[in-house]
Amino acid sequence: MSLHDLTRPWAAFSYGFLDAEAKREMRRKLIKAIAVPGCQMPYASREVPIARGWGTGGLQVTLTLVNPTSVIKVIDQGADDSVNAASIRRFLTRVSGARETWDTTEASLIQSRHRVPEERLRADQVLVLQVPNPEPLRPVQPNMSIARQMHADADYARLWLVLYEQIVRAGRIMQGAAYPSMVNGRHVMTPSPIPRWDVPKLNMAQHLTILSAGREKRLYAVPPFTSVVPLAFSDVPYKVEDHAALTCARSGLSGYFMNEIPQAAGGSAYETSDSNLGIKAIRRAGGETVEIAPTWYQGGEFRP
Amino acid sequence: MSAMQRLAPVLMPGAPLLTLSGVSRRYGAVRALQDVALTVWPGEVLGIVGESGSGKSTLLRMLNLEDTPDAGDYRLALPESPGNLFALGRFARRQLCARAIGIVYQNPHLGLLMAHSSSGNVAERLLIAGERSFARLRARAREALEASEFPLSRLDDPPRDLSGGMQQRVQLAKAIALEPALLLLDEPTTGLDVSVQALVLDTLKRLQRDRRITMVIVSHDLGVIRTMADRVVVMRHGRVVEEGLVDQVFQDPQHPYTQELVHAKL
Repeated sequence: MSLHDLTRPWAAFSYGFLDAEAKREMRRKLIKAIAVPGCQMPYASREVPIARGWGTGGLQVTLTLVNPTSVIKVIDQGADDSVNAASIRRFLTRVSGARETWDTTEASLIQSRHRVPEERLRADQVLVLQVPNPEPLRPVQPNMSIARQMHADADYARLWLVLYEQIVRAGRIMQGAAYPSMVNGRHVMTPSPIPRWDVPKLNMAQHLTILSAGREKRLYAVPPFTSVVPLAFSDVPYKVEDHAALTCARSGLSGYFMNEIPQAAGGSAYETSDSNLGIKAIRRAGGETVEIAPTWYQGGEFRP
Repeated sequence: MSAMQRLAPVLMPGAPLLTLSGVSRRYGAVRALQDVALTVWPGEVLGIVGESGSGKSTLLRMLNLEDTPDAGDYRLALPESPGNLFALGRFARRQLCARAIGIVYQNPHLGLLMAHSSSGNVAERLLIAGERSFARLRARAREALEASEFPLSRLDDPPRDLSGGMQQRVQLAKAIALEPALLLLDEPTTGLDVSVQALVLDTLKRLQRDRRITMVIVSHDLGVIRTMADRVVVMRHGRVVEEGLVDQVFQDPQHPYTQELVHAKL
């Protein structure tokens, strides 16, 4: 009798790169995070084959949620074809057998860096945001133990103080990305460095949003139909970027968040930041039948 | 003490604002406070004097609810009558501190955010109390800084760029911004040079006269107490050894320690 006869043949007992124990821990922390919207949950951030700061937090959440029937979209600053997005997407499909897509409407799991897609997400979709710095209080309280006490006390006066000083100094709120937002009327979160344009999309959304920081080992969530209110003074309303009047030079779309492309001759051209939306618009203009889902912004105005 | 109780109805009619009784606190083997009792009437300035280590600052920390004693009762006559303040929970305590108690520390680093603007420091206090209108924040911060005679041209300079006297004025503006029922001053002029000290005391005196703010002022400088206070409490080794009107105590000290203290000064 040999050892071979006594053991079962080798078979993978898990898929999606992480081992079953790691995924179990992640699932538990995800449930906690969903139960307390906007509250940061610590987790044991594993090594994954990309460097810290390149989306390891988002990647671990995606690896936990992915299964062979998932359809995965990965975007980096709105683009599906950037090197980082492409390599994360290829890794995810290789280790899980999931299908990949560029189409927002088709995807079941969307990992993103710095943008929320322009097309409305549905209840059956999950958005995973990569977060570099999960602590909104870090700029005002370098001591993280005290920052946690401030979260427990809902003591957010200093975040308002930062906004106050921006208006005093510059005449307007200068916070461009990672705009501190009150979730469910209790916890202030930093919604990862998404532009101000994207914050209203998280408010009372149908989809689940999970934000995860791999280097800082914290994750938090915005469950469906949860209020996300950016901090703003009663007499200085919250404003999104002034992109309503800009037109995309390639697709002709207007009223969406644009990337500015400086031109050699001076001046700038603009391009839709959500690259897949631009591609769809170009293909539709070329005569193809392309399904574009309803978008959050219409004519540059947010439609709740 | 008994003389005080007899005089009280005549001098300060009405109920006391602050009643502190039976407060004791130990830090390991050190008995910082032993059965301390205080009464302060509305609009009155109470001075606390004593040598270093006599428990003055510990007492003030208790009054500001930064620390809880081993035993004792602390009541403020506020409209919402919160009962014994030492028994309040963490959250209620913080809310009450922000609205009803203002404090000026000896060391401005304790009371101010050095990297934020001066008006922002005052605004923070209003933000804690729930003010969410930028225009009102700005106006009330300016008003409070003006009342504490802070030069308005430096409204938005951070306190780290200001002189010691001006830092104390920012602290004072922050403390009075919400018109607190009680203002605590922990050696407010120690470390300032004599002329600046006189100016800051002038401001305090004027504020007290105009707004009838109830103050508790801790100092080792008898001159400051003599200028500011109506009544004085002398502390030693964590106990109150003598209490009375300022003139009475300083002219005719009864306790041997007070006699020593007054003679050492004069």
